[in-house]
Amino acid sequence: MSDTVHADDEEGPVTSDQLRLIGTPFRRVDGRAKVTGQTRFADDLSFPRMVHMKLVRSTVPHAKIVSIDTSKASAMPGVVGLLTGDSMPDPFGILPVSQDEHALCIDKVRFVGDPVVAVAALTEDQAHEAALAVEVEYQSLETIATVEEAIATPEPRIHEYGDEGNLHKKLSMEFGDVDAGFEEADQIFEDVMYFEGNTPLPMEQHATVALTEETDRITVYSSTQTPHYLHRSLAKVLGLPAARIRVIACPNGGGFGGKSDPFNHEICAAKMALALGRPVKICLTREEVFYCHRGRHPVLMKIRTGVKKDGTLTAQHLQTALDGGAYGSYGVASTYYTGALQTVTYDLPKYRFESIRAFTNKAPCGPKRGHGTPQPRFAFEVHLDKIAHQLGIDPAALRMQQLVKPDSITSNWLKVGSMGLGKCIEAVVEGSGWHQRHGKMPEGRGLGLACGSYLSGAGLPIYWNHMPQSGVQLKLDRSGGVALFCGETEIGQGSDSVIAAITAEILGIDLKDIRLCVADTDLTPVDLGSYSSRVTLMAGNAAIEAAERARTLVARGAARKLDVPARELVFADGRVFHGENPDHGISFQEAVVEAESRFGTLGTTGSYTPPRSPGRYRGAGVGPSPAYSYSAAVVEAEVDRETGIYRIEHVWMAHDVGKCINPAMVMGQIEGSVYMGLGEAMMEEQVYRRLPKKRSDALVHKHPSMLEYKSLTFAEMPPVTSYIIEDPDPNGPFGAKEVGQGPLLPMMPAVANAIFDAVGVRIDQVPIAPHMVKQAIEAKEKGKPGRFGPKSFPEIDFGVPLLVPTPAEGGDGKAINIEDAGVRDGTGTMTERKDAVKGDN
Amino acid sequence: MSQQSTTRTLRVNGEPQQVAFAVHHSLLEVLREELGLTGTKHGCELGECGTCTVLIDGKPVLSCLELAAECEGRSIETVEGMMQGNELHPLQSCFADLGAAQCGYCTPGILLAAQALLAENDSPTRDQIVEALSGNLCRCTGYHKILEAIEWAAAQLRGDDQYQPPDSAIYGDPLPGKQAADV
Ligand code: FES
Ligand code: FES
Repeated sequence: MSDTVHADDEEGPVTSDQLRLIGTPFRRVDGRAKVTGQTRFADDLSFPRMVHMKLVRSTVPHAKIVSIDTSKASAMPGVVGLLTGDSMPDPFGILPVSQDEHALCIDKVRFVGDPVVAVAALTEDQAHEAALAVEVEYQSLETIATVEEAIATPEPRIHEYGDEGNLHKKLSMEFGDVDAGFEEADQIFEDVMYFEGNTPLPMEQHATVALTEETDRITVYSSTQTPHYLHRSLAKVLGLPAARIRVIACPNGGGFGGKSDPFNHEICAAKMALALGRPVKICLTREEVFYCHRGRHPVLMKIRTGVKKDGTLTAQHLQTALDGGAYGSYGVASTYYTGALQTVTYDLPKYRFESIRAFTNKAPCGPKRGHGTPQPRFAFEVHLDKIAHQLGIDPAALRMQQLVKPDSITSNWLKVGSMGLGKCIEAVVEGSGWHQRHGKMPEGRGLGLACGSYLSGAGLPIYWNHMPQSGVQLKLDRSGGVALFCGETEIGQGSDSVIAAITAEILGIDLKDIRLCVADTDLTPVDLGSYSSRVTLMAGNAAIEAAERARTLVARGAARKLDVPARELVFADGRVFHGENPDHGISFQEAVVEAESRFGTLGTTGSYTPPRSPGRYRGAGVGPSPAYSYSAAVVEAEVDRETGIYRIEHVWMAHDVGKCINPAMVMGQIEGSVYMGLGEAMMEEQVYRRLPKKRSDALVHKHPSMLEYKSLTFAEMPPVTSYIIEDPDPNGPFGAKEVGQGPLLPMMPAVANAIFDAVGVRIDQVPIAPHMVKQAIEAKEKGKPGRFGPKSFPEIDFGVPLLVPTPAEGGDGKAINIEDAGVRDGTGTMTERKDAVKGDN
Repeated sequence: MSQQSTTRTLRVNGEPQQVAFAVHHSLLEVLREELGLTGTKHGCELGECGTCTVLIDGKPVLSCLELAAECEGRSIETVEGMMQGNELHPLQSCFADLGAAQCGYCTPGILLAAQALLAENDSPTRDQIVEALSGNLCRCTGYHKILEAIEWAAAQLRGDDQYQPPDSAIYGDPLPGKQAADV
């Protein structure tokens, strides 16, 4: 071996754009396990001496707990443990600013399904029987079913905190001189729209298994999208150091945002295991999954837009009112999200956004797929369709003429990078024959167009810190195998495959030579979780950094052996060789042996922190993302005028994913989003009713079952023509942006717009039921407005708006009236104000 | 509820197994909890979602609605029995290769329902597949890839090695008209 100067060259090879694996439809790394039944979901786990837990849930929607009698239950056969709320007094919640949940309710219950007692028994049947034997006496309080009732009923308060009465959150912000913007307009359009709540409905019911290792050390397996946040909540409520708690997120049988909160059952299982010293399992029933909810907020919206004759938007004023359900959950973030992304598709030079979130006595709402953005997107895209129609401008042209420019900053200070919406619109317009067919089809047939955009991960974590949002560690050794450690959570979206493929690409090895260890808070570096479409971009970038560092080490080892400068080596096909002379090389394994011989035990890390966003006002923490995805859809509908029954005949969907890591997986996300969006447009709704007064006046879920909660089956899913648009973003790994949520957004408005094109009536709410279409048609026939939808938006005092000059007005990203608006400085929105002020955000 | 137990011999994936269980337990519970065959999943345990589908005497059955005690003497097939040695069944490999299993939770039930269909009809039309699977919900895929994977597997099982799933299922549709020209 000759020791040349090359061997000490510290520069490794550069990742080329000659990709071998990225961009190909490789089989998912977990594909085989999933088709053979080998994937171990949380409920598939069992351990010796494991006992089963059930929760006793509130049967009333709002009440003081007068007494709890567990004496009968504790005497039942097989019962080994009982817990009530006083054993876990510390509150928890996903956002630092709304720590308002208790593992078991202490003084009061807030919705039907709120957990009060936990029972453990030797068998699940025994636990079930014992749960039925627990007696809880309640003293009912007035219930609040809607935002309007919450406004009208400040007392009794559902929670003792919140901006006012039963309003959890109130906000008002104004970007630029909005009144001046309206004055520039030739016409002002106004609409009131409603988006009903709906639920994530993952096929897997939530399950948790907890087991102790020491008196004060515990492992919790759970079907959670966010093991890191669960870890934090467990530490808080159990009062154990976080280092003594290990959370392992099992692969989730679907999440869609519904497994993103820390849940009561997870904390109770851990507490019960610590109390009993034996493994404890709980698997929720489907009915309980409907009670856990954390799905789409019902949102009432008023949208006003100033428009010039040529269709140019001059200003928008958006008001939203969210029905939050009984707890905070992600609600503060959701509230901001019902306004934050209105600006990233079409130029909106001035923008005012006001919102409230109300507490109501229903299952808490949270971050379902699209988190707070599908509702205002529905309003905006239907509103634009009306504007286009009235002005006699083609809806596609109206959008194309004012697309947000790539590499620009919006009026609310969001930094847009790559922007492929124009290409998306062109693809679906051409593919659907829009110009030949829109507005020209026989009565009863119509085409509707709509667009959308979504985050590739949120710019800020939900608790303020300066640490990475995602981390990857690699371990390499003389076997030639690579172990990849990452906190990311596989929920079906394919995140395991994404980080494995990125690592395999850079090291030039086979996917099968990578062993993954993920979502284990003891063993894997922190990743914040599978939410906000963040994993491909954030864990992907962390994987790139870790893999490039590993490649440099291995290259330096091989360089000495091959007598070639490290930076001239190529890693491909399981070999390391000289780029100019591919025959001159060694196997990857031999190269690792060289590196291990030279440097000792090999390991590298990579981490990712998003770039800082230019917004500096309070609230600027919600909306920024390293990259925005874009989508456009055209939907073709056939409507029967007699019955209002409609069918979706075809969907054309184009999505700008930046760059495909795996096109087959991208297609799966597109088709899955189209499916779920159609469900929301046509039928899915999480709704409640009051039982008659004589039967308790309770506010109950209308249909907590899969049979009655309607969702699309094989039979209702229409054909979909999907176009993958690749407009790479410099912030994405290999240019990749998100695809898991974005393509859902255009679906709801596209359906409403297609129905208008078919029969000339406007349905200003979703889901769109046939009777709504029929009523609107009948109204139109009688000479009334052919519309079905909410009549008005309530009078709400949103407070003094926070004034933020736009970039075009020469602003610096800060608000100019923080004293008047009564808010503190800083961008944080989800942290306690005092903490936000402490941080330098 | 009575905890009375019974012992039966169940024939699962061709193997007779003597198993004791509470008489009122469903086949789903006995497969998962007594026999450790957790490949069979559940989404409702009320007969609403199709996730727990297994085959009994070749016919798809919702195992959450079937009393295990009534399954003696019948042939029960679960996802664990689909592989042929260490090789995937064509339905399994086509699902894995096309990405027809995302979270994979609905997958075992759908694979078995599809297997039953293909045993009766080796060249089902799209409509026949849709009909056969309309009781199985999937929240992830939007169903298309599942249909394409079944059509591909059907071709393989018929010995048609020429058949390939459409490129559009993997790469999306070719960009239309003038956009295609730019690419
Ligand atoms: S679990 Fe059997 S049909 Fe849902
Ligand atoms: S693949 Fe997740 S439910 Fe079908």
